[in-house]
Amino acid sequence: MLRNITLGQYYPVDSIIHRLDPRVKLVATLLFIISLFVGRYTGYIVATLFLLTVIKLSKVPLRFIVRGMKAIVFIMLFAVVFNLFLTPGEVAVSFWVLSITWEGIRLAAMLAIRLILLLMGSSVMTLTTTPGNLTDGLEKLMRPLRVIRIPVHEVAMMMSIALRFIPILMEETDKIMKAQIARGADFESGNLIKKAKSLVPLLVPLFISAFRRANDLAMAMEARCYQGGEHRTKMKPLIYRWQDGVAYLLVLAYFAACIVAGRLLF
Amino acid sequence: MLIVDHLTHIYEKNTAMAQTAIHDINLVIPEGQFIGLIGHTGSGKSTLIQHLNGLLKPTSGSVFFHGADIHDDDFDRKQLRSKVGLVFQYPEHQLFEVDVWSDVCFGPRNLGLDKLNVELRAYHALKQVGISDEHFYQSPFDLSGGEKRRVAIAGVLAMAPEVLILDEPTAGLDPGGRDEILGQIAALQAETGITVVLVSHSMDDIAKHVERIIVMRGGKIADDDVPTAIFMKFAELEEMGLGAPQMTYIMDALRLRGLAVDPAALTVTAAYNSIMKALGMENHHA
Ligand SMILES: Nc1ncnc2c1ncn2[C@@H]1O[C@H](COP(=O)(O)OP(=O)(O)O)[C@@H](O)[C@H]1O
Ligand SMILES: [Mg+2]
Repeated sequence: MLRNITLGQYYPVDSIIHRLDPRVKLVATLLFIISLFVGRYTGYIVATLFLLTVIKLSKVPLRFIVRGMKAIVFIMLFAVVFNLFLTPGEVAVSFWVLSITWEGIRLAAMLAIRLILLLMGSSVMTLTTTPGNLTDGLEKLMRPLRVIRIPVHEVAMMMSIALRFIPILMEETDKIMKAQIARGADFESGNLIKKAKSLVPLLVPLFISAFRRANDLAMAMEARCYQGGEHRTKMKPLIYRWQDGVAYLLVLAYFAACIVAGRLLF
Repeated sequence: MLIVDHLTHIYEKNTAMAQTAIHDINLVIPEGQFIGLIGHTGSGKSTLIQHLNGLLKPTSGSVFFHGADIHDDDFDRKQLRSKVGLVFQYPEHQLFEVDVWSDVCFGPRNLGLDKLNVELRAYHALKQVGISDEHFYQSPFDLSGGEKRRVAIAGVLAMAPEVLILDEPTAGLDPGGRDEILGQIAALQAETGITVVLVSHSMDDIAKHVERIIVMRGGKIADDDVPTAIFMKFAELEEMGLGAPQMTYIMDALRLRGLAVDPAALTVTAAYNSIMKALGMENHHA
């Protein structure tokens, strides 16, 4: 059921992309997202090609990533429809009180492409990086922020716990849903109000379980005298290898190509 | 009557996480039987039972309820879920209503019964699990662990199922709470003749009550027989990380030392009688 949501999940295979330093992947994802907003039109072609190449290299089946997109189709549809109908400009088609403008079509198409690329791009990062590595990378990258008194280690720890909890809560949702369906609950049929009401038997136990788990975790950390911040050492410290340098260069090359392509043509 | 035919389930098929949880299971569950389903953690017990009320769809194979394939397009699976009641592991985690009474009413209300019948069933179910009236309007979250679990079981019983399946109903309970729940399930089974499938990984849990034991191992059925026959093979069971009831070990040790006791004795009384008989002191009473 809910297991189809692959957002934030790790896909356990061994590939060049999986073995890259998490810092490279974080920076690459950030640059990729920026490139989606500065490079346009032809830039998207470059971005798509880049993304497909990375996915190919990562050995994560494209089908698996696309399946994860299904969860956000609804949100995307919403945004696209709004842009389509509510953008002022030269009218392309009109019926009844609604009209679609050329501007609207352009904006909606751009938005859809951007959203898809953005989500796929960030999924590739989470799919190829274990949550532990991801936070280690974040912590290292954000280290300079300690100068302005941001508790970098704590923030990274919080993010890693949050990430860790996503699959757990997913599993829990699945379990509670099944248990209530076994008691005759119906999460699918009925109108919107009825559907919203039918969520109560799911949400109440889910919240209770989330608090219980948070409590247990806090207790377990305290029992082991957890203390964040300075003087903690890593079991597996992050060390760059030459492949990471190459990857940085390639990502920068992509970024430049994307911007140039977006500016020169069209 | 439930029939499981060549049932296989693979989780996350076609991905790197694909995992065959159960493989080619064949099983007949006749009406009125009290069955123990036992197996080490991860042997596929929970996966198997979730097929019996149609919560999981088989990767291949079928499940038949009263002769009809439950995954036929015109089969009423909602109806099936009331006929085959499934109590999940840690069922107290599914409680959500403001009081015990409303929570137990949730199931029968979903069946579309009128208020009177819903409440009759809820009352009956709560009595069956031994929850007294003063708890009815308490929040389920204020009850003890054992009471919570019994309320959750009542929530399924209130649907008046023909088959009751319980997934590790004693997990995480103290010995007192464990014996209480097992006793109530056994009493319920004896009284109403309902079909019961009791899932567990502890032989001592199910040894006393069930009339048939199905042993699962690595997603397959390793053995399916009456309890005494199963316990005789305790060496094999131990290899699976299961073991036999405490009493079987004692009786076996006595037998190896030359005392002609009945190794199938399970209760203290049966063991006492058997030992006395072996010693030639049959007429002594404890
Ligand atoms: N929802 C799920 N998704 C993926 N794998 C699962 C899921 N549930 C169980 N499994 C796997 O299937 C196997 C059998 O599990 P399960 O049926 O829960 O066994 P048991 O109840 O006997 O402990 C285990 O290896 C488990 O990891
Ligand atoms: Mg289980």
